[in-house]
Amino acid sequence: MSTVGPTLSETQLAALKQALAEDVIDYDGLTADYDADTDTYHIETPDKQTDPSAEELETVDAELTAYITNWYFYTHEVSTAVNRAFCRWLELAAEHPVPDRYATLDSGVDREWGQLAVTTSISADGTRHYEVRHVDDSDADATNLTAHTDPLAAREIGTLDENGRYRPLRTAPSLKTGWIFPKLSAAEVYEAVEAFYPATVVNWHREERGELDVDHWRDEQDRQSGIYNLITVLPDEAVDWAAAACCDDSQCLKRREWQLSADEPLAAAGGDGVFPCRGPCSMVVAAGREWAKLERQDTQTYEFELTPSEKEQLENIIDAVADNEIDEIREADVSNSANRYRVRYLREKRVDAEGNLSGTPTHPDDEHHH
Amino acid sequence: MQSLVIVAHGSHLNPDSATPTHTHADTIRETGVFDEVRTGFWKEQPSLREVLRTARGDDIYVVPLFISEGYFTERVIPRELRLEGWDPELWDSEGISADTATLVASDIGREVHYCGPVGTHEAMTDVLIRRAETVTGDEDVGEGFGFAVVGHGTERNKKSAKAIEYHTERIRETGRFDEVKSLYMDEEPEVDNVSDEFDSEDIIVVPLFIADGYHTQEDIPEDMGLTADYREGYDVPAEVDGHRIWYGGAVGTEKLTADVILERAADAGADIGNAITRVGQQTKPTTGTAGK
Repeated sequence: MSTVGPTLSETQLAALKQALAEDVIDYDGLTADYDADTDTYHIETPDKQTDPSAEELETVDAELTAYITNWYFYTHEVSTAVNRAFCRWLELAAEHPVPDRYATLDSGVDREWGQLAVTTSISADGTRHYEVRHVDDSDADATNLTAHTDPLAAREIGTLDENGRYRPLRTAPSLKTGWIFPKLSAAEVYEAVEAFYPATVVNWHREERGELDVDHWRDEQDRQSGIYNLITVLPDEAVDWAAAACCDDSQCLKRREWQLSADEPLAAAGGDGVFPCRGPCSMVVAAGREWAKLERQDTQTYEFELTPSEKEQLENIIDAVADNEIDEIREADVSNSANRYRVRYLREKRVDAEGNLSGTPTHPDDEHHH
Repeated sequence: MQSLVIVAHGSHLNPDSATPTHTHADTIRETGVFDEVRTGFWKEQPSLREVLRTARGDDIYVVPLFISEGYFTERVIPRELRLEGWDPELWDSEGISADTATLVASDIGREVHYCGPVGTHEAMTDVLIRRAETVTGDEDVGEGFGFAVVGHGTERNKKSAKAIEYHTERIRETGRFDEVKSLYMDEEPEVDNVSDEFDSEDIIVVPLFIADGYHTQEDIPEDMGLTADYREGYDVPAEVDGHRIWYGGAVGTEKLTADVILERAADAGADIGNAITRVGQQTKPTTGTAGK
């Protein structure tokens, strides 16, 4: 640890004296005040107290220096309450008093925010530095990752997934790997995270303070206009299916806090994400509109002739698509139900020229079968 | 401290939809006149519902990167931003003169300045002309050229045609081009007949759209006969019925659009110093022809 003779810089000392000339300090285990009559300071931490003169203030011990540089960093180098709260969360401030924390920061404190791995480290003067990379690159050699310095580069990185497909939902767990922000400041790490996962930090902060404003499904329904008015007719049970389909951790890293209404919880799991989801997003609303259209149809009884393994194959194909496993199926693995050859075989055998499964028309009373 | 919040439509399907918003936000960030520049979207994150809480300024200027007044600027955006007491009457506009309204956004419990859309600001005329310069690669372009401003038409929004006509008239008033006309996608005079509508051999065609997408990249080029299949691309200029068509694509991607955003904020009281002049200079094309 860099405890060998850490001293306060002139800037930090001046800031400390100025702050104490105006008011007492009570921050993160450090309390201090200044007595103008005796021209002495009184400084207390959980473990000790001391009354240095202005001169002695320059040579306080390593532990006090840590408390003071910690105060200086958070009050002078981090400019907003939400940024401060986030940086404190990143370094597990609530769990470790300052001296412990400085020791852990020396070797780096790792936290995960969605698919981001953020490592906080510290300079001898108490300034924190933040490294951000993909969680799947945690063990990668940094020299093998593309380095970025501008936090807004995160916007570009998050636009397309590994396969070059557009990510309309930035909080989907499909962030690509291969990049690193090796050294960001407190303000920059906030902006990078904001660009990767917009508004997640500010919503998390509201939640931390017990002030998260949740818009439940019914609020969302009531607010819609234009083409999205249609979601008002989506049946309640379909909202549960929609939440299970779209808001599961496998689809979105936000932790869904919205329900049908404040008094009507959904059965679907909300997920375990660090940051909350405070209302149905535009993707859920747009999907809800489609499902509202589909749910207007009545069910109908069909008769299909399938072997047991063909029935299971259909079910497995649904799973493979829903769980995004298609790309993992090996070309020649015909034993896999969703293998392309296997599915083509099923189509040859069971789907007629009109595209009807087992030759059963979709609309039996209709001349046009599809 | 002052914040600029640019709000735009965005898309679930097209990654380029948000590109102009981000590009212009970056241009304005570089000027340093705002302490922060935030972006919010109807279809992307952060949502319009949550964008204001990402802004920390005391003075917040919200500028819609939309082409016309109408459903989005008058209804959706104010509702999603939770502007208390919003009423389109506050803009006192018949379609092209929305300026600004100052209202408390209940999301953050503070006042914000809600500005009129970028597309109807008079400075947008300069952006259309700038696009004529970039697409021809000639900063003095005008003589011998016709200029078509293309819009959706009135089917979806009655006010959208007003914005088209407004800029068409303003470009005409400069006297710079031989002919200036409005053309539409779904009403007369139609963009399909561009070569019949103009006498000039050279015609510059610029859609008054914010972002490139289906309409500007697929529909319009095919409708005008620049190409049989948009996937094969088209020449700039392209020969159609004895005319040379200089197709510029969505005007909103022109870098000078950042200026119009600044103008909107300045009209609402933002202190932007000489940022407009600087952006005007900085976004000036230096060389060569646009097109592909």
